[in-house]
Amino acid sequence: MPAGTLYRGREGMWSWVAHRVTGVLIFFFLFVHVLDTSLVRVSPEAYDKVVATYKNPVVNLMEYGLVAAILFHALNGLRVIAVDFWSKGPKYQRQMLWAVVGIWVVLMAGAFYPVLQHTLRELFGS
Amino acid sequence: MSAETTTPASDSVTGYDVDHPAPVIEPPRARTRKTPRSTRTNFEMYGWLFMRLSGVLLVVLVLGHLLIQLVLDGGVTKIGFAFVAGRWASPFWQTWDLIMLWLATLHGANGLRTIINDYAERDNTRLWLKALLYTAAGFTIVLGTLVIFTFDPNIR
Repeated sequence: MPAGTLYRGREGMWSWVAHRVTGVLIFFFLFVHVLDTSLVRVSPEAYDKVVATYKNPVVNLMEYGLVAAILFHALNGLRVIAVDFWSKGPKYQRQMLWAVVGIWVVLMAGAFYPVLQHTLRELFGS
Repeated sequence: MSAETTTPASDSVTGYDVDHPAPVIEPPRARTRKTPRSTRTNFEMYGWLFMRLSGVLLVVLVLGHLLIQLVLDGGVTKIGFAFVAGRWASPFWQTWDLIMLWLATLHGANGLRTIINDYAERDNTRLWLKALLYTAAGFTIVLGTLVIFTFDPNIR
């Protein structure tokens, strides 16, 4: 059986895709975040009003997603640097990706309560 | 199943010889007189290096920012005008946020520039998407910088 012609990239390709997707998401959030922060130059009320949006349970969950995207992009970015500058980086790129995923899972588990505590307290009482 | 025989190409067939040489074809990527001078820089290499250097700094700056804003001390609950005023009373955090703003915007803009170059195939599409990108990035940097430098805790 001849191998298919579709490129089925493995860890290397999928980490590249995830790096792009998270990067774009983070950049769009950065734009929104600078706009909402600039309301401190309008009035304390205007700023506190927009920050109230960030305390909405659904938006709070999106913040957890933002943390997920940033943590992956940061950890995988360090892996990319290791692949580029460390002589054994390319050889261990796959193992480094699984290390990234492992650290990401641990940090995301640790961030679950702190990031979502506002919503958890609101929904289940303090 | 007839065995076809082909005549090997010879000079007599191609028509070129010492007195009638074949025309020289430029290699497709060779720099010619028409190559714009502007491509003779190392811009892409410096862009590549910038992504790695700013990336390392942003890991510290952004993860520290997330830790303070979303994790420690009650998470998002405590954020409000008073919290911002308290943090920007310190030149340390003003500088932190200023460097983070500049590096993150430039890092993100260069990343999006790469993505536009990869996926927008028509010249005009690339031109307009990049014009939009640079406008948005410039606006973000100018607005954010102004906000940090002109912040007034006693605005009301």
